[in-house]
Amino acid sequence: MAFRSAVITFPGSNCDRDMAVALEKVSGEACTRVWHGDSDLPEELDFIALPGGFSYGDYLRCGAIASRSPIMQAVIAAADKGVPVLGVCNGFQVLTESGLLPGALLRNSVIRFVCRDVTLKVENATSLFTSGYSAGQEISIPVAHHDGNYFADDATLDRLEGEGQVAFRYAEDINGSARAIAGVLNAKGNVLGMMPHPERAIEDTHGGSDGRALFESAIKGLIGA
Amino acid sequence: MKVRVHVSLKPGVLDPQGRAIHHSLEGLGFSGVNDVRAGRLFELDVEDGVSDEALDDMCKKLLANMVIENYRIEKVAA
Repeated sequence: MAFRSAVITFPGSNCDRDMAVALEKVSGEACTRVWHGDSDLPEELDFIALPGGFSYGDYLRCGAIASRSPIMQAVIAAADKGVPVLGVCNGFQVLTESGLLPGALLRNSVIRFVCRDVTLKVENATSLFTSGYSAGQEISIPVAHHDGNYFADDATLDRLEGEGQVAFRYAEDINGSARAIAGVLNAKGNVLGMMPHPERAIEDTHGGSDGRALFESAIKGLIGA
Repeated sequence: MKVRVHVSLKPGVLDPQGRAIHHSLEGLGFSGVNDVRAGRLFELDVEDGVSDEALDDMCKKLLANMVIENYRIEKVAA
């Protein structure tokens, strides 16, 4: 059964190709590239990815302008219908700005741009995106961001933790994120936003392949095999 | 009509930029500054017919992120 995925490219996206390559390598199927100005997505998509980068030069707030672009209305509608959406780095910022995920990403508490491999702890190993990991497993995934400091009010954070919506946590504090949260799921579990870049760790030539299981989980969960 | 929209982080939201600016002021030898919070100022030139509700909507939908920010609309006399 075919796996139909799409990667959205905004002006200033720079991890869109990496994301498409990861999806293609893991699924063995071509990934459709969609431009931000389009108002329609390809039909019957199994998976949508919002890539990292600096959409619209991070003007106003990171992800703010992209989240109001024409294609995002289609992405929001698809997510509401249950289509899985993965947002990485700037893609995570677009998801919070669009309201598909709770909270916001603030400037790193350390002020500096953080660019290195970090250890993540898998908190929820039952979601579509994370079933290939085990709960509590530690994985190494690269991060590269200036605004990855996850913020939400205490009531929201309590709810996220109580409902199993925290997908990943940082093993050490790298950016000041509330409760060390690195990745968040929506209530239905079909939208995941995360600052670390799993698409940059899918084969050993990348220096590590701990991100591969995320794509394998999703593809397996969606089309079997 | 000129309208100024002041956007600031809500109380309690960490402001690393404000903290760095505060630190830098101290480094320059200015004393007596207790805290610095950084914000944004938008200056809009709008038609006189634009309603207060529309201005409010602009702030809520785009200019401010209501999860982390507050806004204040100020109409400037011509």
